[in-house]
Amino acid sequence: MRRVFARDLALAVRAGGGFGLALAFFAVVAVLTPFAVGPDPALLARIAPGVLWLGALLACLLSLDRVFALDAEDGSLDLMATAPVPLEGVCAAKAAAHWVVTGLPLALAAPALGLLLNLPGQGMGVLAASLALGTPALSAIGAFGAAITVGLRRGGLLLSLLVLPLYVPTLIFGAEAAGRAARGAAWETPLLLLAGVTLGAVALLPFAAAAALRVNLR
Amino acid sequence: MSIWEHANPVRFMRLSGRVLPWAWGVAAALIGTGLIWGFFGTPDDYRMGSTVKIIYLHVPSAFVAINAWFMMLVCSLIWLVRRHHVSALAARAAAPVGLVMTVVGLVTGAIWGQPMWGTWWVWDPRLTSFLVLALFYLGYVALWSAVEDPDAAADLTSVLCLVGSVFAVLSRYAVLFWNQGLHQGASLSMDAEENVADVFWLPLVACLAGFVALFVALVLLRTRTHLMERRARALVLRARMA
Repeated sequence: MRRVFARDLALAVRAGGGFGLALAFFAVVAVLTPFAVGPDPALLARIAPGVLWLGALLACLLSLDRVFALDAEDGSLDLMATAPVPLEGVCAAKAAAHWVVTGLPLALAAPALGLLLNLPGQGMGVLAASLALGTPALSAIGAFGAAITVGLRRGGLLLSLLVLPLYVPTLIFGAEAAGRAARGAAWETPLLLLAGVTLGAVALLPFAAAAALRVNLR
Repeated sequence: MSIWEHANPVRFMRLSGRVLPWAWGVAAALIGTGLIWGFFGTPDDYRMGSTVKIIYLHVPSAFVAINAWFMMLVCSLIWLVRRHHVSALAARAAAPVGLVMTVVGLVTGAIWGQPMWGTWWVWDPRLTSFLVLALFYLGYVALWSAVEDPDAAADLTSVLCLVGSVFAVLSRYAVLFWNQGLHQGASLSMDAEENVADVFWLPLVACLAGFVALFVALVLLRTRTHLMERRARALVLRARMA
């Protein structure tokens, strides 16, 4: 499992593309927002948490098809499935690698982009924390979606259709926590609920992803 | 005599062929009675006027939309555990019906909401969770049509249905947390102190039962179609082998 995790990380960093691309997309969303809604600082401060959360979600979505697709093409996925490691573990490791490559940099970069969008200073910490807590759920759900669509030729669009409704609770709690903190309200409850969603998703979805992979590799 | 005997497609076809005309009849009779009684036989509400009568379409379709997903969940579980093809095909057959019912519920709600709330759409928890439910149906239907191998499609959609059910419930409570609503609370439950007045209640129950019968009829019809399709495909393959 650790090997799979390290291998995915190394591939993402060395082969280019994966690492940084999600981050760049996230930055582009944040930079384009003021052009779309106008430069009014008060308005930007109000929508900043939501825009940043939406950008993070879409950035995660963009890189999902890489989780299993490349390995399925060159056959290494079959090897992993027949290896003595449980396939559930492989799925969890791959989701974790996806998170380190996309979710974690997004959470770290979010305060800087929050600055661009005039996010009040009191919301910065909670925004980063909510992204750090919430993006593992996005990766786990995404890995499940990627496992379902891995055998399909036009899987990309279907993947987003399948995954987006599953993202709803994470998005609601994450954006709510960040938004409340930015307004100076109590933000602990949504953050705790978000952590609950993440823990549940990380604990259970690798099993569903492995089940879907076994069907697709049959 | 157990229910599992009808997992045999031949038996299922025989039984469903016998049940189907009755289901159509019951659905037509109940919906006809309920709608005519509801539209002409009940008074206008003193605040909502005649718009209250859209309830006879709105509530039954929403009721069927939610329970159709529940039926798909049960069928998916049966398929995953016992591998009965009829079960998987019944889940497949129910999905588009449920999707249409969800859309009917949303549209009639919008038509009702426009004069009453002054808006076609608000991000009310109930409305939002119904929209999410429609997205789940869309994804499920799209996945069925995207996977070519029938058994793999049944497996994948079943897993999706299980995961989707968990997340649908989760979304339902997440949106409650997220926004307060305009939609009224439950007014048909058996244990509530205040329910819909009796004049509206009886035709509404007729419509509810009629919509359930309509759902049964549509699902039986579609399941039979899928079974025949599969048999035709098997015959073609066998002819090609020979």
